[in-house]
Amino acid sequence: MLTLRRLSKRYPNGHLAVNAIDLAVAPGEIFGVVGGSGCGKSTLLRLISGLEQPSEGTVALSGTPVLAPRQEVGVVFQEPRLMPWLSIADNVAFGIRHLSPAERRARVAETLARVGLSAVADHWPRELSGGMAQRVALARALVGTPRVLLLDEPFSALDAMTRADLQDHLLDLWAYDRPTMVLVTHDIEEALVLADRILVMRQGSPNVTLTPDLPRPRDRTDLSFLEWKRRLLLELHRSMAPAAVRGDERFPAAAI
Amino acid sequence: MEPASTTTAAGVAWDAPDQAPGAPPPGHRWQRWPLGLLLPLGLGLGWEALVACGLANGHLLPPPSRIVVTLVALARSGDLWLHIWATLQRVALGFLFGVLAGTAGGALTGYSPLARRLFDPTLQALRSIPSIAWVPLFILWFGIFETSKVILIAVGVFFPIYLALSAAILDVDRKLVEVARIFRFSPLEMVWRVLLPATLPSYVTALRAGLGLGWMFVVAAEFMGASEGLGFLLVDGQMTGRPQTVLASIAVFALLGKATDGLLAAGTQRFLRWQDGFRTPR
Repeated sequence: MLTLRRLSKRYPNGHLAVNAIDLAVAPGEIFGVVGGSGCGKSTLLRLISGLEQPSEGTVALSGTPVLAPRQEVGVVFQEPRLMPWLSIADNVAFGIRHLSPAERRARVAETLARVGLSAVADHWPRELSGGMAQRVALARALVGTPRVLLLDEPFSALDAMTRADLQDHLLDLWAYDRPTMVLVTHDIEEALVLADRILVMRQGSPNVTLTPDLPRPRDRTDLSFLEWKRRLLLELHRSMAPAAVRGDERFPAAAI
Repeated sequence: MEPASTTTAAGVAWDAPDQAPGAPPPGHRWQRWPLGLLLPLGLGLGWEALVACGLANGHLLPPPSRIVVTLVALARSGDLWLHIWATLQRVALGFLFGVLAGTAGGALTGYSPLARRLFDPTLQALRSIPSIAWVPLFILWFGIFETSKVILIAVGVFFPIYLALSAAILDVDRKLVEVARIFRFSPLEMVWRVLLPATLPSYVTALRAGLGLGWMFVVAAEFMGASEGLGFLLVDGQMTGRPQTVLASIAVFALLGKATDGLLAAGTQRFLRWQDGFRTPR
């Protein structure tokens, strides 16, 4: 269980990026986080990963506080962030350096096969397309069989077709050993396709959590899917709307 | 040969690279010609013709034929190899120590803000001291024999490597460092497995610059009381009024400098195949 208690992050310049978030994500759950630009989505993920320390509150994994990056937590960033001087296979092996060479080779081969990239194991990152590179980043995060996988807008830089394919593929990969996933995205369709629950982050007012009761696999053209998309879009618009619309006088419309 | 595409479990085909890594870049035929020889050969032949036609006397600037004759004589007597060997040894040792110190110093000040604040201002101040200013001090400290010469060369090699590596580490993409942090790399692993490889292109350029300075500093080193070496040959040619000996020594310096630089460039090329430069074949 991933638990966040009154989690806040205030930067030295005074900006409050994350404000007192309480959250519990069950093992194997796919938890989506959406919100407007600058609402603190990525900061939230960095706090969960241990890359940043909270100003207040705690992050705990199975009751153990997360104070720094941990082996059980894998991260996929917005960009692939592959080491350009390493081959694809060596990039995937980057996070399992503690294993023996034979075990490392076997794990890398297996994971590359799972993401469908065995054929490019010996290539350089520069030789891959954006979609392939992001798959390698996924493989690198998954090769250590993390209990929690954090995804920070992992497909946002890709074209719509590739993005949809990778979303489906991510679900295939998740089904393999069902890690807990926290997915930050600005793409509401992506959140609806993937997530069991969706947190709509709002700056300056309480966040809202939605639970789309859609059967899996989710059909992007299904009427109920489209209805949920409309609801989520509405929530997102409300989260970004001027305070006058929300009835919140602390945030005058002119300031937004 | 790699397949043109690869297919995932979901049946999605992905474009695979269409060129094997390490394949030679496409280019024009003239790119394979040693065009760099045109200028020195043209100048040499031109000067040779001017002296042969009597348009110049060639006393102070002897034509290439006289320099070649001098070199052949030096080679036959065995003196040339003695001088080359002595100079090569000094450059090799000075380069080795300069590289070791420059790499350690650059990595330390690049990685550690504390080390940077402690050492960098002093090292930057020392960097601006002309090489020749060290000579009397090194003779006093280390004597007139090999130690002072090797240290002087090492000082020359140290600074470009220190400076380039320290600056390159500071420029390493924060995002790559974060990936290593996610995988809980120790500071030593971070330097060895992320920072140094990421700075390799700058480091190789710094090694070449350092080697070039090593060849420059060996002349200054051999001016300070050497009895053998190409620098000694230079001084000897000047003292005995033989400009052909001076020029022969300069020519050997140029050839050795170019050859060692070429070896270094070729030896490090395989570590830079991953680079995605504008001339990299796709």
